[in-house]
Amino acid sequence: MIESHATTQDIHGHPALQHHFENMEQQREAGTIGMWVFLVTELMFFGGMFLAYALYRNLYPAAFASASNHLDIVLGAVNTGVLIVSSFTMAMAVYFTQVGNRRPQIVCLVLTLILGLTFLGIKAVEYHDKYTDHLIPGRLIPSAPFGPAVQEEGQPLDHHKLHLLPGATLRQVEMFYWIYFAMTGMHALHMIIGAGLLTFLILYSIKGRFDPEYHSPVEIIGLYWHFVDIVWIFLFPLLYLLGRHFEHG
Amino acid sequence: MQPIESFEVPAPPKVNYINAQYGLKSWLLTKDHKRIALLYLASITFFFFIGGLYAMMIRLELLTPQGDLLQSTTYNKVFTQHGIIMIFFFLIPSIPATLGNFLIPMMIGAKDLAFPRINLLSWYIYLLGGIVTIYALLAGGVDTGWTFYTPFSTTFSNSYVVATGLGIFINGFSSILTGLNFIVTIHTMRAPGMTWFRMPLFLWSLYATSLIFILGTPVIAITILLMAFERLAGVGIFNPALGGDPVLFQHLFWFYSHPAVYIMVLPSMGVISELIANFSRKNIFGYSFVAFSSLAIAVFGFLVWGHHLFVASQSVYAGMIFSFLSFAVAIPSAIKVFNWTATLYKSSISYDTPMLYALGFIGLFTIGGMTGLFLASLALDVHLSDTYFVVAHFHYIMVGGALMGYLGGLHYWWPKISGRMYPEGWGRFSALVIFVGFNLTFLPQFIAGYLGMPRRYHAYPPEFQVFNVLSTAGASILGFGMLIPAIYFVWSMRYGRVAEANPWHLPGLEWRTQSPPPTENFEVTPIVTWEAYEFAPPEETEVVGKFGPEPERI
Amino acid sequence: MQSWIPLVPESASSFSWQVDALYFYLSGVTLFFTLLISAVLIFFTVRYRRRTPYEIPRPIAGSHKLETLWTVIPFLIAMTMFGWGARLYFNQYKPPQNAIEVYVVGKQWMWKLQHATGQREINELHVPVGRRIKLIMTSEDVIHDFFVPAFRTKADVVPGRYTTLWFEATKPGKYHLFCAEYCGMNHSGMTGSIYVMEPREFDNWLSGNTGSSTPAAAGQQLFQTLGCASCHGANGEGGRGPTLAGLVGRDTPLEGGQTVRADEAYIRESILNPQAKIVAGFQPIMPTFQGQVTEDQLVQLIAFIKSLPGGSGATPGASPAASGPLPSPRASGSPTENIR
Repeated sequence: MIESHATTQDIHGHPALQHHFENMEQQREAGTIGMWVFLVTELMFFGGMFLAYALYRNLYPAAFASASNHLDIVLGAVNTGVLIVSSFTMAMAVYFTQVGNRRPQIVCLVLTLILGLTFLGIKAVEYHDKYTDHLIPGRLIPSAPFGPAVQEEGQPLDHHKLHLLPGATLRQVEMFYWIYFAMTGMHALHMIIGAGLLTFLILYSIKGRFDPEYHSPVEIIGLYWHFVDIVWIFLFPLLYLLGRHFEHG
Repeated sequence: MQPIESFEVPAPPKVNYINAQYGLKSWLLTKDHKRIALLYLASITFFFFIGGLYAMMIRLELLTPQGDLLQSTTYNKVFTQHGIIMIFFFLIPSIPATLGNFLIPMMIGAKDLAFPRINLLSWYIYLLGGIVTIYALLAGGVDTGWTFYTPFSTTFSNSYVVATGLGIFINGFSSILTGLNFIVTIHTMRAPGMTWFRMPLFLWSLYATSLIFILGTPVIAITILLMAFERLAGVGIFNPALGGDPVLFQHLFWFYSHPAVYIMVLPSMGVISELIANFSRKNIFGYSFVAFSSLAIAVFGFLVWGHHLFVASQSVYAGMIFSFLSFAVAIPSAIKVFNWTATLYKSSISYDTPMLYALGFIGLFTIGGMTGLFLASLALDVHLSDTYFVVAHFHYIMVGGALMGYLGGLHYWWPKISGRMYPEGWGRFSALVIFVGFNLTFLPQFIAGYLGMPRRYHAYPPEFQVFNVLSTAGASILGFGMLIPAIYFVWSMRYGRVAEANPWHLPGLEWRTQSPPPTENFEVTPIVTWEAYEFAPPEETEVVGKFGPEPERI
Repeated sequence: MQSWIPLVPESASSFSWQVDALYFYLSGVTLFFTLLISAVLIFFTVRYRRRTPYEIPRPIAGSHKLETLWTVIPFLIAMTMFGWGARLYFNQYKPPQNAIEVYVVGKQWMWKLQHATGQREINELHVPVGRRIKLIMTSEDVIHDFFVPAFRTKADVVPGRYTTLWFEATKPGKYHLFCAEYCGMNHSGMTGSIYVMEPREFDNWLSGNTGSSTPAAAGQQLFQTLGCASCHGANGEGGRGPTLAGLVGRDTPLEGGQTVRADEAYIRESILNPQAKIVAGFQPIMPTFQGQVTEDQLVQLIAFIKSLPGGSGATPGASPAASGPLPSPRASGSPTENIR
């Protein structure tokens, strides 16, 4: 695995070499494996919520379909596109760092950041809509407890009102929204952290800290960003695309 | 027998990691894994004493059948907090964060762990979690049991559930970061020649433990979050009155908490491997079997959580599967016990304190492990669930097993850590007192449990009193026994005999540098050309059965 | 026999001696291996103690043969333990035919029990010896656990669902009942007694303890006052709502193609959340009664529905006062109960 030089610390090494590593390659390898291990923990963390989702979707299929129908699929789809493109720009940023092209590297990082912030902005719009429609579960917002308006039979179609499919109750719909906010909220939190990390990367890139010899921070933050993207790729169909064959609600 | 080579180390310079820099800031902002290990040692010892105080209160209350010492609400808080402090703030970090942090780089020939700053961060996170939990305890305590079952914890308890949960949640990140650090270090920073199968078995067990850290801890984190939000915001994921499922909580909780018990015992088993081999001057019999058993325990440990739900309205068929797997997970542990015992055959055993702890571990872990089989057996578990039998079983593993390993390891590596020897006579005496006190405390609880005494009762029918009195008597002896090392370790730091680099005359890599070690651990990065526990040259290895010695390595 | 062996509780159910036998087997194996390992450890520690300060023993690599031996043998022993325990457990949990039903509601911090024949008890349960008793249990608040050490059985009592537990008492006497799932302040006080009585004594007790109507009769009243009869018919014959007579135990087709086996939990869900499962061919017009019925009342409604002619399962009206041995493999008087 490691090239075995039984050398003492290479004091003339790269300025970014930490004192406890033998050489840059060992340092880079450690960082990469470290990030993968961290992503495994993230997987397990989200996994608990996916389990709860699977359980309650199985128990309350009609309620989940009704609630899923009521989410804004356009905004959700746009967000999905935004994230996929941002993963592309991130991958390009890593590539440009590896070959030492600073200008395009910074541009790509900035684009990734902009796209990430766009995602968060659209999410904020969605959350605000939920707030105005009284769809925030429980007493999370004490002044606006859960209590959406329900579409009555025979009344003109109102897209702000929730259309309950047969067999669905409001209590069960609340469960869906609880899981929706838990999962997308946790995801958004990770996006915010990612945005912060990207900011650091951009600043360091401008200062010229990265070069073909030392670019592992860009790589490993790229890994993190791709992971957050992949979580969304799972969240989107599970949350937004249930029961689309029913009439639009 | 040929005379042992004395592993010559050049005359040590006076500078070591302890006196390299002075001042509080140099300790609190250190990146040195050895200093961080000491920071952890101090904090977990503090929490251990708090947990021990709670234990004392429990045993005093249970001396009499009536609930006369404490009010029931107080008692409920006491046993809850005893469990929370002991499990999350003592047992889980104990060996990994102290002995693991100190020794992993030294055993693989590295200068530090892969991420020293993350190591320091993990200690601060641990402290923060501890402070939040202590705040919760002082503000009024928590009374849900360390298992936090819903809907009691989410809807009915009037105690500081969310604050305590927050403390545990924060503490979990400390575990995750430690595990991450260990895995990356073992993968990427082994010295030249240190292959996986030359590593001491302590490292194998810490690696297996780290796997559990990173896979299991996030699940308890999300479980606590969901429970806290349910309590705060009234959404009913676990509350049946709101359409939720209280048994879902149990599944999520035990999915982590069962592997957690392997977090608590695997490192201890690793220490035992070290003690058995080094104090009998022989390689561990069946090294690769012991190494793979550690991994097997970690993996299988994730598959058995349902054995905590046999009477919890889990389906009969799920029960059968979990029961079968629970028996299967016992087998690797049995393999280890047999291999340790076989190591002693035709060896050269010294009766130093660490060896006494190791021998005690093997006996007590055998009892603890086999009483686990009672609980894995479905029909018996129906009767024994939630009785004192369970309490006795897990204390045999946690105290008779994990704690013995921890104490044994502390004594063994004390000269390396502090540069001083502990007083051997007192060491052996206290080991004996602890062994006797421990058995007297917990053996009667098996019987009380089968007779039907339920757990978490602060008042009980009088026919159980005799067992409780014996148990409390044992607990007093146990407590006394554990105070003695606390005193002489502190005493030895100033007055103990100065230890040389290799006071036990052992071949391990950590003994080939001075005691205490310099900050960078080794003057020169070692190149490893010997096997683990290689007391004698490999040519002399005897073959028993169909297993040959490792081919000669360069 | 019990007084001088403080190792096991009294044996008072048909399970007890079976569980004890398994317990003794496991104890024996544990004792054997503990003594074996301890003896070997002590022997080795003495025999191979260090005699000269610098001696080095010859290293021994290991042995595939031994490893196989001490993997396979413990595994086989473990499988015997698993198999025995699993078989016993399966029998223990298989719901019995012809059992007397008792409804149990646990709440902080007491047990409320109601016999099918109407008698209500608090923290006590009177049962006849030699009959199978099936407890149908739920909780009003947190999770509790119904534990009778003398019967070697327990089951969690969970809010929001029904759990069951059955036993056949074999020895008259008074036995501890404990709550065995921590439930808050007075968990240790949530105890009671099970009184196992000879059939004649039990009949006496029954007749001296009427006064409340049977759960089925109370359920019938509720059925009227809550308006169930208006859609389901006064005797459950059906109408705008599905037929309820003979419902329990029957496979019921639902809207959407699924089929469900109607049991107590299904009835409870249909009352509290009627939209969840709509019977095929009916409209989703049943209102919910969530918040309008207590757990006790749910139990009574269920008992009434079960009592409707055509209903299956143990008829609650079957009077234990009927004399003569009932068809049961362990008819009272058989020697099996005396086996320890």
